[in-house]
Amino acid sequence: MSSYRTPLSRARGLGSAKHGVGDWISERVGAIALVPLTLWAVFAVLRLAAGDYGFAVAWITQPLNAVLMALTLVVSFWHMQAGLRVVIEDYVETGVGKTALLVLNLFVCGLAGALAVFSILKVALSGA
Amino acid sequence: MTDATKAGRERPLSPFVSVWRWHITMAASIAHRVTGVALYVAALIAAAWAISLASGPDAYAAFKAVMASPIGLVVMFGLTVSFFYHLANGVRHLVWDTGRGFDIKTANASAVLVIAFALAASIAIWVIAAMTGAI
Repeated sequence: MSSYRTPLSRARGLGSAKHGVGDWISERVGAIALVPLTLWAVFAVLRLAAGDYGFAVAWITQPLNAVLMALTLVVSFWHMQAGLRVVIEDYVETGVGKTALLVLNLFVCGLAGALAVFSILKVALSGA
Repeated sequence: MTDATKAGRERPLSPFVSVWRWHITMAASIAHRVTGVALYVAALIAAAWAISLASGPDAYAAFKAVMASPIGLVVMFGLTVSFFYHLANGVRHLVWDTGRGFDIKTANASAVLVIAFALAASIAIWVIAAMTGAI
């Protein structure tokens, strides 16, 4: 039955033609968002490095700091996941090992990102 | 057919690092990947910062002590260079995505610019860090 399908219908319904453009655009949009976010984060690090625990707690309870820090981390972990995925896809031979590394990459980014965001919210909302 | 049947004839190799003369656009491309992987460590350090802050004053002091140690400072300087390089070269890639800047002269010049920016910005940030008591 598959022989009745035209190459065009196969290209439209399957494979990279399905969501490649969306992936490509979301990678670029994430990268663009990271330009201002990470530049802000550099100056945040400078201030935090000069201060102690009390300063850091007071700093993160300010809504703008908490939100920008959480956004920086979420978009960074998303961008990292997509970036290292390409590196793994390029250099690791197809097989179980490659699949395992791709899943591990996703899990590490997801876990570290979720822990970081929860920690920021905890301090920002409770003040300690 | 005669060529193909000749025993032991060497097949052409696809270009690889060892058979290419190094040029700056190639180095810039490889450095983008290397710094990207390095920044994986930076993001994990940022997550460790948030977790230690949420864990209380003792955990936060321990985190700061590790970061302020000689090894911590060397790692942070390396990550600073990686960050500014990946940022500038990422913008270079975004410009390429619009279809601009692909001719050899422009690509070479933008690679030099990106490397120079990464070094200058890193030194500037560490001078600011020293002046503001961050290190």
